[in-house]
Parts: sequence; C-alpha cells; structure tokens
Amino acid sequence: MKQKFDIITSTCVPLPMENVDTDQIIPARFLKATTREEKFFGDNLFRDWRYNADGTPNKNFVLNDPTYSGCILVAGKNFGSGSSREHAAWAIAGYGFRVVISSFFADIHKNNELNNFVLPVVVSEDFLSELFQSIQRDPGTQVTVDLPHQTVTNLATGRSEHFEINGYKKHCLLNGLDDIDFLVQNQEKAQLWEQQNK
Amino acid sequence: MNTLFDKIWDKHVVQQVADGPTQLYIDRLYCHEVTSPQAFDGLRTRGLKCFRPEKIYCMPDHNTPTHDQDKPIVDPVSRAQVDALARNAAEFGLTHYGMMSKDNGIIHVVGPEKGLSLPGMTIVCGDSHTSTHGAMGAVAFGIGTSEVEMVLASQCILQQKPKSMRITINGALGKDVTAKDVALYLMAQITTSGATGYFVEYAGEVVRAMSMEGRLTLCNLSIEMGARGGFIAPDETTFAYLKGREFAPKGEAWEEAVAYWKTLKSGDDAVFDRELSFDAADIEPRITYGTNPGMGIGITEAIPVEGGVGFAKALDYMGFEAGQKLLGTKVDYVFLGACTNGRIEDFRAFASIVKGRQKSPDVVAWLVPGSWAVDQQIREEGLDRILAEAGFEIRQPGCSACLAMNDDKIPAGKLSVSTSNRNFEGRQGPGSRTILASPLTAAAAAVTGVITDPREFI
Repeated sequence: MKQKFDIITSTCVPLPMENVDTDQIIPARFLKATTREEKFFGDNLFRDWRYNADGTPNKNFVLNDPTYSGCILVAGKNFGSGSSREHAAWAIAGYGFRVVISSFFADIHKNNELNNFVLPVVVSEDFLSELFQSIQRDPGTQVTVDLPHQTVTNLATGRSEHFEINGYKKHCLLNGLDDIDFLVQNQEKAQLWEQQNK
Repeated sequence: MNTLFDKIWDKHVVQQVADGPTQLYIDRLYCHEVTSPQAFDGLRTRGLKCFRPEKIYCMPDHNTPTHDQDKPIVDPVSRAQVDALARNAAEFGLTHYGMMSKDNGIIHVVGPEKGLSLPGMTIVCGDSHTSTHGAMGAVAFGIGTSEVEMVLASQCILQQKPKSMRITINGALGKDVTAKDVALYLMAQITTSGATGYFVEYAGEVVRAMSMEGRLTLCNLSIEMGARGGFIAPDETTFAYLKGREFAPKGEAWEEAVAYWKTLKSGDDAVFDRELSFDAADIEPRITYGTNPGMGIGITEAIPVEGGVGFAKALDYMGFEAGQKLLGTKVDYVFLGACTNGRIEDFRAFASIVKGRQKSPDVVAWLVPGSWAVDQQIREEGLDRILAEAGFEIRQPGCSACLAMNDDKIPAGKLSVSTSNRNFEGRQGPGSRTILASPLTAAAAAVTGVITDPREFI
C-alpha cells in the first residue's frame, strides 16, 4: 500500500490496446472481497483476457508471455475507462506494477492509481508509439521514470519527456503520505466551512 | 467562468491546497456494498470515526438477488459483502436501507426519489454512475474506495477542478426517441473518452422538455463519454418532482430552498471550456454494435465499414460483420432495469409496446425495477397486469444483469438487448454479448425476438 516513490528503471509489459476498461482490468465477479487482498486482485488482473474459459492461461496474452516482464505497464490511450472500481488499481498494484504509461487515462481510474501509490504517467502519442516500437524490437527495453524530476525516458532511444503531476501529490508519493492523512489534519477547516454555510 | 458548475463547486471549496487539489466539502455520500468495505476497514485501521454520519446513506444493490430476497443470499461471498455493509453502517452510525426494506433499491434510483439528492448539492458515491444525481441540478460524481474513506473520515474530498462543457440539444425529439437514445447518440458523436476531464451541463429545448426520469437517464450516462459528471440546471420540472418527497425541505424551508434553487443556473455571460450543439432531428432510436458504449448506430443504420483500433476485435467478440445491418438479428435475452432505465417511466414505456402482445417464446426477459418504490408504483398503475398478460414477470429490485454480480448472468455467446449502461466484454456475464438500447427498443425486441425498430409499433 503506502510506499515511497523515487526513481524507477524497469523493463515494460506492453498492452497496445485502446479503451481498456476497468471491467477488463478486473471483472465484476471478483469485486466481492471485503478486504484489500492485493494478491487476490493481482492474480485476477485482466482475468478474462489472461485465462481461457477452462481456466488455462491464454498463451496469446502478454502477461503469459515470458518475453515481457517488469513493473511498468505501457497501455494504449483511454486506459481505465468505465466503472470507478478501485479494485482495478489494487489488481494493477497487486500484480506488481508500480507505473502505468499511457497517452490518456480515464479520470477516476487515474486518481485510484495515485491513491494506491501506482504512478500514472501521461506521455505524448508520439512517445507512446515509439515506446511500443522499442519494446517490440527489443523486449529488454528499459524505461526510467524519475518522479523528482518528472521525466520519463525510453532508454532504447534516449528520448525523454516531462510528465505532469501536481506538487501536492508528488510530495505525497515521494514521502509515502496519503490524502486521508491530510484531510484528517484539516478537519477544523471543514468545520469552519460548515459554520459559514449553514 | 460563471457557469452553474463553477457556482456549486466554488461554494463548496474548503481550501485550495498549494500547488495541489481542492479540498471540497461533500453534502451527501452514498455507500453500496461493493466499493465501501475496504474504506470502513481503513477507518478502523486508523482508529477514525465517521465525521458526519448523518450525511451518509448506505444500501446494498449490486449483489442483491432479484428473487427470494426474503431468504438469505445463496452465494456466501455476496452474502458476506451485503452483511458487511449492514455491520459497518451500524458500527459507524449510518442510515442503512437493507434488502427487503421498502426503502431499498439501486442507490441512483433511491437517492432522487427520496429527495436525498437536491439541487446545489455536492454528491459522491463509489460508483461511476453517481453522475445520475446531476439531473437534480447537483454536482455529483463517482469516486474510488480510498476517496470514499476520505469522505467518511472528513466529509471532504481532494479533487482537481474539472473543466466545463455545455452540450446543447435543440429541437424536438421524434416519437419513440428517448433520453437513452439521446445519450447513446452523444456517446457515438463524442466517443467514450471525448468528455474526459470535463463536467457537462446539458441544456437546450430537448433537455428542458425532458421529464425528471429522462434527465436522470441522460445524466447517468455522462461517464460513458468519459465525463466525470453531467447535470441539468433545476427548473419547475425539478421542483415539481421534489415537492413532498421524504427528505425534501418542507413548509417555509421549501419556499426558501426553491428561491435558492432558482438562482442555480449558468449566467448569460458564462464561458465554458468547450461547447457542443446537436439537433434533435438527427437522433433516431439507437443501438450499440460493439464493446464500448460509443460504438453505436441509429437502429436503421448499418455498422460502419471500418473503425479505429479495437474495431475488428469488438466485432469479432460480438459476432457481427462490418457494414452489417442489425435489424432482424435474433435476440436471446432482454433486460429492462439498472440505474439507467429502472424507473417508473421506463416500465411505462416498456408496457406501452408489449400491451396486447406476447413475449417471444425465444426470448428470456428480465424486468427489474430500480427500487421497491418503483415496484409499488408499477402495481398502483396496473402495469404489472399488462406485463403479466404479455408474458412478463417482474423481479425484485437491484442492479441485476447490468453487471451480473448476482445470479442474473447472460450466458456466454448469448445476445442481450439491455437498457443498462455498458456493453463491455463480459459485462453481463463471461462471454455475454450486449446491445444497449432504450426501454422501447428492448420491448420491441422482447415481443418480436429480433432487433426491431420500436417505431413500427406506433
């Protein structure tokens, strides 16, 4: 859960599909747990793409291909659309991903990743397609995500891009703090608002 | 600037965090059983209480069976989740509408009908279809479980202020063209990510003429364009709907509230980050053909001959061909219900088509009211008799086959015409194939057994 973020260099798992919705990331029938069992959710990440109907692994799906590994998931645009289920972020974290790179994230899912110390990195379409090409040419392609400097670098081509994150959230990730800590510390301000808005 | 969204949002700003998000005050939190247990666990781990328990309403809806609700839920995992919500609500002092209580139903149906969702409010729930409540003239949006925990702990949330968009639809809708068709049309025009980062205000003659039920359907589907929420400025239709509802203000407080609600509209000088306009004449009854809600066509149109990334994969999943027309395609299941189309008007619409006709013997039909209040009204209006005579049975309220967390699963390979909100792969059960449509189009398919233009029944 709470963990500090700094600089990560890793190989990548490519998922060059667009509009990957959270029903695919974790189907609804796996949402019945009442605790944050990250391993359970991680084991069922992309369940219906990853396994055949008889429960055997689908050899054509990237998570079952030993060629690709690493803690960075690279996905096509509009990643995480649809349902607000945070279980999708738990599944991504539970599988062991620390970073998701895409050219576009759905709003709610992006927040859910950040609240689970998974870093969504938004890159340009151009950077993304070049990265997919690099990984296709060499599955050993490494990427460095440098949160302090807000840069993402494709080490195969040397191409680097700046990515956006607000200063508050960056501070939280670097220091392993979450929003609930902040809001509880600021309860008095909420009380003051209530008095002014009766 | 000076949009209704700005007015409601700005009023609820507790503080602007330096180089960060807004601390926003939340007037209403709804909790269902799927996205809340880990949030309550979080409170326990941190040793926190609920900050404002009286502003929070809980009810199970996703796992609830649609038959035999008076008996224990058979699936032990579903039962554990439903029980956990009741236990958590009791422990933290929150109102809980349990299964079989007359107050229970789908949160997004119950909130408006009880007057718990009011104009000018900020409303959140761990559910992307929370945008539904925007129909009341509220800023309502879906959140994750960590954010549910934030609101439980502080009645506040940290959010970046979204951009604003106005979608104006002028003209008059044709006969048998519903709010659902308008929403499906917008998704196809804007795509499922076209409104990401925005809050949408719906405006124009079509929206003004819509009933509250229609507005709730339209706002419900905002998330399917990527928008965080969608809303409609309150007007006489809103006030008439709310008057006398259980939690709506009463007496003098009502007059004061209405006076305030009348100020809730975008200024004539309002500036939106994006404005889009559509003409009602371009909208016919709509259906989807692919695996996201934006992959839709007019019911008389053919599937496009080509599409973007994922087009071929989606058609392969659905078993359709590029360029194919879907009218006449054999249908296996019909689902009427969900937070999208589980309200009284939807049952009236469905009944208007099947009245005096018979359900096709080849179709399995699940009719699921959005709440017990809707169920009661169905019976008061005699719709139950019309439906029964046509061979349809009314089930008990819940989310049901919209996402198939209970037993209502469409079997693999079967084709469903559904009034719900998502046609994602496996959404209605592993391997299920979904066509999204209005209650009228669903009813037409239920009696003919094939995809049918509901206007044929005029």
